[in-house]
Amino acid sequence: MLTMSHFLFVSAVLFTIGVAGVLSRKNLFIVFLSIEIILNAVNLSFVTFARFLGQLDGQIFTFLVIAVAAAEAAIGLAIVILLFKNKESLNVDDFKLMKE
Amino acid sequence: MEPTPFQLGLQSVLFGILALVAVAGALVTITRRHPLPAALSLVVSFIGLAGLYALLSAPLLAILQILVYAGAIMALVIFVIMLLNVQESDLPVNENVGKSVALALAAITPVLLIFLAILGKLPNDQTLANTPVPADFGTIEVLGKFLYTNYLFAFESVAVLLTVALVGVVILAKRRI
Repeated sequence: MLTMSHFLFVSAVLFTIGVAGVLSRKNLFIVFLSIEIILNAVNLSFVTFARFLGQLDGQIFTFLVIAVAAAEAAIGLAIVILLFKNKESLNVDDFKLMKE
Repeated sequence: MEPTPFQLGLQSVLFGILALVAVAGALVTITRRHPLPAALSLVVSFIGLAGLYALLSAPLLAILQILVYAGAIMALVIFVIMLLNVQESDLPVNENVGKSVALALAAITPVLLIFLAILGKLPNDQTLANTPVPADFGTIEVLGKFLYTNYLFAFESVAVLLTVALVGVVILAKRRI
């Protein structure tokens, strides 16, 4: 029997993996992809609640999150290209101009 | 129409497979050194998630997840990785991926345990089978009507946001216009 908890458990595990990726990795792209994992984990809980409460609001939120993620990907990747052209590096530790 | 025991069993098996694909894809993503295999395994993870959406009576979102997320967004990411021609020498040196990811996962596990404690408090008598939704729940027609009546402002805001993002990207990429 599939209950709400089953789906929310998958969502929680995905969220944890995403946060671990953001915290531990130095590669700019992997950090970006980890943020996408976190967004998708939250989307899954929205869809789960929409299904078990019988209301469509959660699905609308997921729809909007996907649109915002598309905008975020476009801007984020443009910034990544500029950073890579300036420093010839993908290491997040190399981008510390504000700290110096 | 009552689902048969066979259908319920099939549903549980499908859930197991899709959840495994989604979680395994995400784990592979954060443990790759090179971003290209990471992005490709994230596509696999997103396809698993699309299957979970379909199980949750969200057919439109399942299609959108594959078309927009696994299709458009990840294609853009892979395109940029290839455009930058990321070589082994461009990757962060001395990054002990396995060790740092394992440490971060160990550090974040208490948070997961808190999530699990909250999940234990949820009512567990509602299953997919005994909380039926209308047959057209989450189809493009119903979701579209709902979006254009209750969430019109949010929808228009997203349109503005996408325009702003496009203009922003052009300004970032071309310093002199």
